[in-house]
Amino acid sequence: MNDRPVSGRAMGCVGSKVGEWLLWGAIIAVALGVLRWIDLPEMLRRYGGDIVHLAVQHLGLAALSGGLAILVGIPVGIILSRPSFAKISEPGARVLTIGSTIPSLAILALSMSWLGIGTPPAVFALWAVTLLPIVRNTMAGLRGVDPYLLEAGRGMGMTPMQLLVRVELPNAMYVLLAGVRTALAINVGTVPMAFLIGGGGLGELIFTGIDLNEPAMMLAGAIPTAGLAVLVDFSLGLIAYYLVPRGVNPLR
Amino acid sequence: MIKLERLTKIYETPVRKVVAADHIDMEVPTGEICVLLGPSGCGKTTTLKMVNRIVTPTGGRVLIDGQDTTDIPTVELRRKIGYVIQQIGLFPNMTVEENICVVPRLLGWDAAKARRRAAELLELTALDPATFLKRYPKELSGGQQQRVGVARALAADPPVMLMDEPFGAIDPINRAAIQDEFLKLQEKLHKTILFVSHDIDEAVKMGDKIAIFRAGRLEQIDSPDNVLAHPAQPFIADFVGADRTIKRLGLIRVADAMTSDAPVLSLGADPVLAQAMLHESGAAALVIVTPEGKPHGFMTAASSFGPGSTCGHASTPIAASVSVAADLRTAVSRMFENDVEWLSCVDDEGRHVGALEMRRIRHLLGRTYEAGGRA
Repeated sequence: MNDRPVSGRAMGCVGSKVGEWLLWGAIIAVALGVLRWIDLPEMLRRYGGDIVHLAVQHLGLAALSGGLAILVGIPVGIILSRPSFAKISEPGARVLTIGSTIPSLAILALSMSWLGIGTPPAVFALWAVTLLPIVRNTMAGLRGVDPYLLEAGRGMGMTPMQLLVRVELPNAMYVLLAGVRTALAINVGTVPMAFLIGGGGLGELIFTGIDLNEPAMMLAGAIPTAGLAVLVDFSLGLIAYYLVPRGVNPLR
Repeated sequence: MIKLERLTKIYETPVRKVVAADHIDMEVPTGEICVLLGPSGCGKTTTLKMVNRIVTPTGGRVLIDGQDTTDIPTVELRRKIGYVIQQIGLFPNMTVEENICVVPRLLGWDAAKARRRAAELLELTALDPATFLKRYPKELSGGQQQRVGVARALAADPPVMLMDEPFGAIDPINRAAIQDEFLKLQEKLHKTILFVSHDIDEAVKMGDKIAIFRAGRLEQIDSPDNVLAHPAQPFIADFVGADRTIKRLGLIRVADAMTSDAPVLSLGADPVLAQAMLHESGAAALVIVTPEGKPHGFMTAASSFGPGSTCGHASTPIAASVSVAADLRTAVSRMFENDVEWLSCVDDEGRHVGALEMRRIRHLLGRTYEAGGRA
């Protein structure tokens, strides 16, 4: 009886191992290609200070907009999935799906036309881009909870709040966190565009490098951006691994 | 005691009103299992779910131990009622222990007391606490999961339980085992239970009473034997099956049907004496027992024996016996297997304590019909 879950877990490990090796292989190949093209020590010497300063700014933008998106997105997703909001949850989900098809660049432009230039419109635009996948996955996760679990919980005398905290959220956690992970990866990857409306971040090196036709400068922005996205995704994966209860965690 | 008074549920659809439960009046005495039986869509589950208000009644009321539950807050009411559903609904994010402790924790028990209770209940439902407490539901088989489901419903020792086709999703072999275990448990616990089923065999086995539903109405509520022997309507007769009289066999124990006053003789007795006793009693056969009281063989008027031989030599070996604890269904099955008219009935130690004859069974079942049935 124990055989199936154990071998399933082993298969999952093998699958994710292969994926990991492929990923590292790709990264190394790209890095080798890049190193043949530019002089790395020279790049670091010239842009090292900028990279650190802008990376901090970059992460600040991502953390602020992403944090706000989590703080707003999860509660909105929860509210939209309540039975009393059933009437607006369908149109709500449709609006979110349409919303998530709007390119990030367009959202930045719209945000600028409303809030001007600088950090606030950049944070707002990044927040909006990040919010949608979080809300959508929170709703999907909560809707995916087996209705019989809800009936069992209700039948045992749980209040709606107890049901949410003890049954619905833990069982939706895997899907919910997958949404957060995707959203933040998109966020960190979109932050460079914030430069276009005066938001700062590593985009400054990328876009200036493109404009001056200076590949070393562009890559001094692009490589740390890619690195940050991978780092954020990796840390969130780690958090999800420990935060999702063992009984419903396909990774454990 | 659970009492339903004119309990009614009407669903308003845009097209028409659907009456899911129509003025249900019934009573389940304390410590009894009442099986709600009927085809799907007959209102049995709706009726069950109105007791803990998963379905809100349109009219009527539910009394538990004489108290009208309408005034009890829903959450409080549900914590006092054990609830088992077919889909089991164990919370996959919690261990077996945490699942069982849900209601005790909702009621504010301290953690240590709740954990002790969880271990005790696993023991009661035939699962080893050391093995199972820390497991997650996905690591259990279906039968084990439903045992935990039952344990969870019993956690806060509720006087009343609602069971909605609890064993419906379990394979037939495990189902029989878990039904037997549950009945044994019920002998100790004396819960008052409403039990929904669509399976007449399960209803006959589990129920002290059977309530038969059709199209939202309670059509007959009676003991299993009466439902089988005297179905109130042609629909019920059809539903319980053309072989309903055979099903009644399952309700009677061998101990209650056998004749225990028939004479027996020991191995060493004189066959002449045996022939005299057979002649005198008019019985078809006389059982010969070993010194330990076990059935050895039998003699009939036709048994032949030479001079000086004993009953032990003269008797024909007994083809088949049946335990007194078995039901008549098992006994009859054994008679058919061995092509015999009677069986030796034995106790737990294998001692002969009586004989069960086919004509006696026929008479027992037929008696209720000869009387012209009940009103």
